[in-house]
Amino acid sequence: MKPIATTRSATGIPTGRLAIWWVLASEIVIFGGLLGAYVMHRIGHPEWANAAAHTHTMIGATNTFILLTSSFTAVLGHQAAERGDGRKAGTFLVFTIIGAFLFLTLKSFEWASEIREGFTIQANGFWSFYYTAAGLHAAHVLVGAIVMMFVARDAFRNRELQRVEYVGIYWHFVDVIWIFLFPLLYIAK
Amino acid sequence: MAEATAVEARAHAEHEHHGPKGILKYVWSTDHKIIGMQYMFTGMFMAVIGGFMAYVFRMQLAFPGLSVPGFGVVSPGEYNALITNHGSIMIFWVAMPVLIAAFGNFTIPLMIGADDMVFPRINRLSYQVFFLSVLVLLTSLFVKGGGFGGAWTSYPPLSANSQYNLTRVGASMWLVAVMLEFVAFLLGGINFITTLMNSRAPGMKAYDIPMTPWMIVLASIMFMLSVGPLVAGAIMLLFDQVLGTGFYDPARGGDPILWQHLFWFFGHPEVYVVLFPAMGITIDVIATFARKKLFGYKTILYTAVATSVLSFFVWAHHQFIAGIDPRMANIFTITTLLISVPIAEMIFVVIATLYGGSITLKTPMLWALAFVGEFMIGGVTGIFLGASGADIYLHDTYFVLAHFHYTFFPIAIIGTFAAFTYWFPKMFGKMLNETLGKIHFWGTVIPFNFIFIPLFILGLGGQHRRIYNFQNFPELSVPWMVHLRIIATVSLIVMLAFQLVFFVNVVWSLRKGPKAPKNPWNGNTLEWTTESPPPHGNWPADQLPVVYRGPYEYGHPDREEDYWPQNLPA
Repeated sequence: MKPIATTRSATGIPTGRLAIWWVLASEIVIFGGLLGAYVMHRIGHPEWANAAAHTHTMIGATNTFILLTSSFTAVLGHQAAERGDGRKAGTFLVFTIIGAFLFLTLKSFEWASEIREGFTIQANGFWSFYYTAAGLHAAHVLVGAIVMMFVARDAFRNRELQRVEYVGIYWHFVDVIWIFLFPLLYIAK
Repeated sequence: MAEATAVEARAHAEHEHHGPKGILKYVWSTDHKIIGMQYMFTGMFMAVIGGFMAYVFRMQLAFPGLSVPGFGVVSPGEYNALITNHGSIMIFWVAMPVLIAAFGNFTIPLMIGADDMVFPRINRLSYQVFFLSVLVLLTSLFVKGGGFGGAWTSYPPLSANSQYNLTRVGASMWLVAVMLEFVAFLLGGINFITTLMNSRAPGMKAYDIPMTPWMIVLASIMFMLSVGPLVAGAIMLLFDQVLGTGFYDPARGGDPILWQHLFWFFGHPEVYVVLFPAMGITIDVIATFARKKLFGYKTILYTAVATSVLSFFVWAHHQFIAGIDPRMANIFTITTLLISVPIAEMIFVVIATLYGGSITLKTPMLWALAFVGEFMIGGVTGIFLGASGADIYLHDTYFVLAHFHYTFFPIAIIGTFAAFTYWFPKMFGKMLNETLGKIHFWGTVIPFNFIFIPLFILGLGGQHRRIYNFQNFPELSVPWMVHLRIIATVSLIVMLAFQLVFFVNVVWSLRKGPKAPKNPWNGNTLEWTTESPPPHGNWPADQLPVVYRGPYEYGHPDREEDYWPQNLPA
């Protein structure tokens, strides 16, 4: 059973939503530090464009599309949860989870082909940042998918429906990070 | 309202009968007080290890090459591992867990009138991750090659390349331990911030929150916003060590200075992250024992916020000799000198609170006053180092070392003892012995000054840091320098010996000490309105406190008693 502290809301914002925003605040600076370091290096090393030319922009674009679609189903899930329709909310979350795994599968194929071509993480500075930044993002996708499984299970039983919104906020954040990564790693040649 | 209380009471009753029994109650508890104590005892255990390390390398510095009693002859590699892990332990495994996690966990729900943290299980997870980080760090001291010896700042290429640091396993384990510790404090910090924002007692407005919870939460926010880049940097450093990337290797397109930026972007706010809780504790103790309303509550809060913001723009003052652009050094000199203004303002507010107060010099008050005095020495010497012109000469000398020990020791040791002696009756339900407490106080504070004032003088005399054996440097082995080093080492041993008085005091008081009343210091804040020690849930569920006024209404002219608890209806 939850303590009374959890049920209070002095700010008027539900505790869970407040907490998830603070989680995102701490995540933004992690990715901010990494991408800031990457951008500074990229400006200092114009020759990294040669390495960047080898990234598969089409795969990246497809993954962008998949991720954005999965965010859309997360929104639909939130809408259903607001109406108190747990079954529907859970179903939409399952679609989002499928999107997450499609994203990860495509990324595995992409990385495997790049590694076969010799572009490993040690190859040069660009590839080091490429694998580190995209890898950290992929870890967030995986964690999000796993958490969504638990939230979806509860949603099907009409329990803790507010969590559909919280996991959705997190998912949008994962999406936004990718929106920064895609142009920085794929489009900037 | 009545209905809400009934719902709360029911929720609470179920909450209370939940959870494991017996010894597991303490290991597996989600109660914020138990978790706070887990953090505190782990932190104290680590402090003993960190103190022992200081003893070993101080002996080596004063009597180079002689066998140290209790350790043996110190090899160069061991010396490096000792100083590295002493620094890391004292900051990440003593100051942070005790000041923020232990006292944050213990005081925040009690002082804002809540029954627990908002996320008790995340709170428990935070301690478990922290405990794991302790295990990883302690194991790293015994792996092949020994513990990491690249200093607590872990600058590459020394830290990135095992050809240089010779501790391939130890270096990576150290890095993993630090990252786990960060995760633990992010989990804890989110809990602290959300609890303070959402779970305050009915009637408690922002300006009714006592300073200790305020400062711990501001510190958590600062930590959260500054540690991110270092987490990213640590991942990159780990990849450099393990996967063979070249993020920090200039030969492969990397940049070692990048690490210094990422590290100090966290490292400087970190100073204020640990300062703030100590400052909040000091303010609460001083207001209670001066029996006077805090002078300038809002001033303190605003200066604290100003410090938090400024602290993000001072980091490069650690890098004045790392080859940064002199124009950059100018800017960072200005911001660094600016940040002393809000900190000085806080000190003035504390002094103004003392002025005209009715002061009782109980042990917690002595510690709080010592914090103010000693921290000022640390702060004033910081101005020398913040000015880039002076720093070029003082950088990497014992002057720097003495300076940051004059800030961290008051924060992590003096501030902690102020808090510990102040809340001990509430934590354990027993009163500490005053005489032993005062012996321990003087036995700690006097030797502390005799350790570090000689080091200031040695630093000004040109004694460099991170030297294993001064006999190899004839210009640093002249008699007056040797004597000052011996004075510092002997003082350290005296200070460590006096800590036994503290442990005796705690053990004796727990067994034989008089029982503590609810409110031994006649304090106003909410934690003094419940039993000592508070039960699970802190208050009976239908009697959670309601707040009617600010926390510092001492010596109000309309009242007979000189205090006015926050929960008394007007």
